[in-house]
Amino acid sequence: MRVLLPLLFLLSAPAMADSRMEAAPLANVQLKDPAQERQAKALMETIRCLVCQGQSIADSDAEMAGDMRSMIRERIEKGEQPEAIRKWLITRYGDWVTYEPPLSSTTLFLWSLPALLLMAGGALALGRIRRKR
Amino acid sequence: MRKVFLWLPLAVFGLLLGVMGHGILNPEQTTIPSKLVGTKVPAFNLPAAVPSHPGLTNADLATGKPVLLNFFASWCLPCIAEAPVLEELKREGVVIHAIAIRDKPEDVARFLAEHGDPYARIGSDVSSRVQISFGSSGVPESFVIDGKGVIRHQHIGDIQPQDMPKILKALKDAQ
Repeated sequence: MRVLLPLLFLLSAPAMADSRMEAAPLANVQLKDPAQERQAKALMETIRCLVCQGQSIADSDAEMAGDMRSMIRERIEKGEQPEAIRKWLITRYGDWVTYEPPLSSTTLFLWSLPALLLMAGGALALGRIRRKR
Repeated sequence: MRKVFLWLPLAVFGLLLGVMGHGILNPEQTTIPSKLVGTKVPAFNLPAAVPSHPGLTNADLATGKPVLLNFFASWCLPCIAEAPVLEELKREGVVIHAIAIRDKPEDVARFLAEHGDPYARIGSDVSSRVQISFGSSGVPESFVIDGKGVIRHQHIGDIQPQDMPKILKALKDAQ
């Protein structure tokens, strides 16, 4: 029984509501052109899933993430630039939707933090070296 | 001065602990409001989701009178809870259009038969394309749109009885 119990979970239906529709055409199908697919994949990995927050749409099995993947692939296939699609999404969902936060007044501190820390570390090290002499 | 510096690492550690503890105790806000509130509805043209209702285009959302646009799906449980409230809004004279997300005609028809039908038009969005172009992130979700087709208010999640005054006010303000 102890062995069988975990197997039972495989039979149980997830409580999450899902539609009865198949995945969108290009949700799980790669583009024929490898260069375009590479562009699409790179973009999908930096777009945040709306229903399964904390995952990128490339990582998520949620239907909406699949629909977004399909949309991105279709638009890249038509020749649209990945950054244009990212911008299109940001105008709808805000910076929240991208894992590459654009530079703005709210993210200025975030972006300058590495440089600030490096400078603080440098100053600290310099002080130590000078004192030792 | 030296003594102060000795305590500095502990102070930084305490600060980090505080920030992280705060993050754990107050999880991030989970609803992502659409940035399109205040702007015109995106252009779209959706076929009918059921034979009994006409489809929906953006022109139907700019007819001079405010309307409520409801994103729903037959497979969405909170949409069942919302159905009676929408009927109540319809009784108050609200025109409600709908967009059915990832749905089949027979399923939409069954949903309307079982849970009520407050809708004037129902467009079918099988790959969530129009939903994404609205900056909407799930079902159910509703938008108050004024007579010129400008989005004036977004309601994320099911409209509950206590939300009715807010929706009616948004519709009135949109006049």
